[in-house]
Amino acid sequence: MLEAIMSGLSGLVAGFMNLHWSNPVMILVGLLLLYLGIKKGFEPLLLVPIGFGAILVNIPLAGLMEEEGFLRIIYDAGIMTEIFPLLIFVGIGAMTDFGPLLENPKIFMLGAAGQFGIFLTLALALALGFTKLEALSIGIIGACDGPTAIYVTSQYAPHLLGAVSVAAYSYMSLVPVFQPPIMKLLTTKEEREINMGAVKKSVSKTTKIVFPIVVTVIAGMIAPKGLPLLGTIMLGNLMRECGAVERLTKASENEIANVVTLLLGISIGATMDGRVFLKYQTLIILCLGLLAICLDTVCGVLFGKLMKVVTGGRINPLIGAAGISAYPMAARVAQKEGQKYNRKNYLLMHAMGANTGGQVGSVIAAGVMLSVVNGLGIV
Amino acid sequence: MDNLTFGVSMVVVGMGGTLLTLWLLSLIMLLLKKIFPYKEENGNNSRG
Repeated sequence: MLEAIMSGLSGLVAGFMNLHWSNPVMILVGLLLLYLGIKKGFEPLLLVPIGFGAILVNIPLAGLMEEEGFLRIIYDAGIMTEIFPLLIFVGIGAMTDFGPLLENPKIFMLGAAGQFGIFLTLALALALGFTKLEALSIGIIGACDGPTAIYVTSQYAPHLLGAVSVAAYSYMSLVPVFQPPIMKLLTTKEEREINMGAVKKSVSKTTKIVFPIVVTVIAGMIAPKGLPLLGTIMLGNLMRECGAVERLTKASENEIANVVTLLLGISIGATMDGRVFLKYQTLIILCLGLLAICLDTVCGVLFGKLMKVVTGGRINPLIGAAGISAYPMAARVAQKEGQKYNRKNYLLMHAMGANTGGQVGSVIAAGVMLSVVNGLGIV
Repeated sequence: MDNLTFGVSMVVVGMGGTLLTLWLLSLIMLLLKKIFPYKEENGNNSRG
């Protein structure tokens, strides 16, 4: 009988006995993500499920990511099929107002400059010895756009999905921390003080309705491999602007986006098993991801300076930093930095235009990247 | 294809392609604004 009791007790301590050194470390990482989400308010909708998923998957013997495990089922159904990022994009499209961008189409170019970090980081990853497809997945962190990063990585380097998605989402939430010093470093006081005036309302409802359709067709023709991403974001936006399918719009931006965000977050967390996550390569990917987003900011601000010269000083280069996909954080950072130097300066709507340009830009950059890779015969 | 050729191709065609596509889209946006001007539509809305 004593033997049976001891065997029963051994079952209760089996989890502790099977603990690998990396599991407690990753549980701490999960706790850090929870802290950042709950206490600091950095992207809580994502960091809370990601952090909790990381804790769950690092508890030994639970088998949550093994075949039939509930996290594996969610992961296979939504991430491996690329359905989750696409559903999120329908919601993002339904939430995004492209009005400020349409008011001043010139600032769309800032959304292109804000993607240069993707390609520069890709080149750097290749130089560091990553394979071509791994380098693509690392570079895409520079899109500063979680769903796009997941979409590309799940296709070309699924083994890097944990590191890439954690980097994409974490850095996206840290935009207000690392952008301001770069913006300050690259601009003069006079440039930061440039007042761009108020945004004049000049876009008709028809233009707003036609815009997503035209973008889908034209950009889809140029970069067909990115059409799933572009098509879903534009479908969401068309539903929002046409006003004829209010129920679908509300469902896309609320219920669908919320449910998918939860499942997406917990699935990403589930890729953070310490035994596969904690390695030198992950650290390099995290560093390259940070560099990618910093390079986006650098290129965006420098392009903003170029546009300032071209337009005869009418563009404040600070809005160049908003040409990334982190919406609306990047626009708010530009507004806050601008007001530090000129209290009467309201850059927000201009920066929102660059920011929505960055959203479309990141999707188009990913599409261009996928189409070029296809054209080069890499995949 | 070696990594150098691939990297340079991706940087040049990728950055150039993104810039060109967004430039084209910005031109189309300007065109859309001309085809569907704000005031005209505003008038239509007020009739409706």
